[in-house]
Amino acid sequence: MNNRAQRLLSLGRLTAVAANTFMGLTRLKIFYVLLLFGLVLIGSSVLMAQMTFQQEFQVLKDVALGAMSLFTSLLAVIATARLVPQEIEDRTAYTVLAKPVSRFEYLAGKLFGVLFLLALSLIAMSALFFLVLVLREQSVLGETARQMRTAPTEQRAEALRLIRASAFNPNLFSGVALIYAKACLLAALTLFISTFATSTIFTMIVMAFVYFIGHLQPIAREYWLQTNGTGWLTKTFLAVVALLFPDLQSFNLTDDLAAGNAIPLEVLLKTLAMGVFYIAFYLALAWAAFFRKEL
Amino acid sequence: MRRTLAILLTLLLFGAVRVPLEHGLTETHRRLHFQAIDFNLDLREQLGQLGFVAALNGFRSLVGDALFIEAHGAWERTEWGRLLFLFRQVTTLQPRAVLFWDTAAWHMAWNASAAAMNDPHQPREALRLKAAREYFQLGKDFLERGIKNNPDRPELYEALARLYRDKFKDHAHASEFFAKAAALPGARSYTQRFAAYELAECSGRESEAYAELRALYDRGEQERLPTLLRHLKRLEIHLNIPPDQRIPD
Repeated sequence: MNNRAQRLLSLGRLTAVAANTFMGLTRLKIFYVLLLFGLVLIGSSVLMAQMTFQQEFQVLKDVALGAMSLFTSLLAVIATARLVPQEIEDRTAYTVLAKPVSRFEYLAGKLFGVLFLLALSLIAMSALFFLVLVLREQSVLGETARQMRTAPTEQRAEALRLIRASAFNPNLFSGVALIYAKACLLAALTLFISTFATSTIFTMIVMAFVYFIGHLQPIAREYWLQTNGTGWLTKTFLAVVALLFPDLQSFNLTDDLAAGNAIPLEVLLKTLAMGVFYIAFYLALAWAAFFRKEL
Repeated sequence: MRRTLAILLTLLLFGAVRVPLEHGLTETHRRLHFQAIDFNLDLREQLGQLGFVAALNGFRSLVGDALFIEAHGAWERTEWGRLLFLFRQVTTLQPRAVLFWDTAAWHMAWNASAAAMNDPHQPREALRLKAAREYFQLGKDFLERGIKNNPDRPELYEALARLYRDKFKDHAHASEFFAKAAALPGARSYTQRFAAYELAECSGRESEAYAELRALYDRGEQERLPTLLRHLKRLEIHLNIPPDQRIPD
């Protein structure tokens, strides 16, 4: 690596900023979100006990993945929105940037710190989710095996196979990966907005709008691409929505995965690659906005 | 100002690059029946504003589950109209959840139809029967739409075959759908046998049924179940199979 590139990017400096960001975030009360998640999950399990096993597993998976998606997205926006504006306000950013740390390293380090926090949070939530799911599966398997003691072997094996198929399946990992990709995208976009935002609240409000419009973006995009008869004003509006906002709906495949459907590896990788593409672009844009910002 | 314009322009250019990629990805998802949901005004009216917004923002399975739990309550109160309404919403929100289609069809074709047949407020049997048949049809409709959304899942073909067999007494269709279920991966081991049993009940298709039952019999001991043997014996007599080709008594 030549000197110029070294000035722009050093893995050591990047790691130092990321680690510092991560440590700073862990000191926040944000981790109470995880506790809330656990309570929601346990509470819903009790509610679900009144239904038959297949319905219970379906609802359990839907609730858990929905909660994971919601809390990870919230965590991504809340944790990232305050990073840059607060450090500028506290003047911590000046101390860091006065050292031989490039602005790109500073921003990338901040983002990676958040991404690491998101990964750890998601691992903790997934571990709890899979634990609850496996424990319920084992309990239902034991109960069914006891009830079907006298049934023919083939019938018993069929019933147990059905329970296993409706409870845990490896496709749920794909769902978790997509939730993570969506949260990372939101974090990168939040970082970009926070580079020119005047306050944390402004960033959060903008991100709330982006979140809602991002889920509507595919409807606007498809309508824009497919209709010819609409007026130019409508077409322009649809084009602006399609071009400016990310397609968040592409990452919402967890509903289908929880229903027991498999996503081909190629499609999963394509969707994740789209996520990486977004993150890289928003990071580059954040750097472009922050590069000549007067501090 | 110039920087803001430059950033805005970059965002638009990035949009122009990614729109074809996003469109391609959406097409792939659609081809695989992912996100097979149409957010239109009908759904908005059915779900109410809050439910619609939640469903739009990636929480449609949660909204679907909440409605499913509500449907469970409607079933306990035997409110069949409400149950139908709620299951239409649930299956619209979660078209890839086989369980919801199956449960909706079961409620309509088995529970609601039985309630209609035993309706104390309707003294005329013909009208009770008509109401029950309407519920069979609603059950069939749920399963057919479920299959359209999940063509690769054997459970719904099997459920439709059972509906044809038990409610419509249509053995030809029952056999057809059991056979379709058996051809898919993950099908239950008995579905192929059931397809042959139903075929054996169809007049005019005895030879075909005999060939299938005999093929199953020749697979070995695990297939030689009492119902299969009974059907084979009956068809041997009906088709005048030579004694040396018949199965042992």
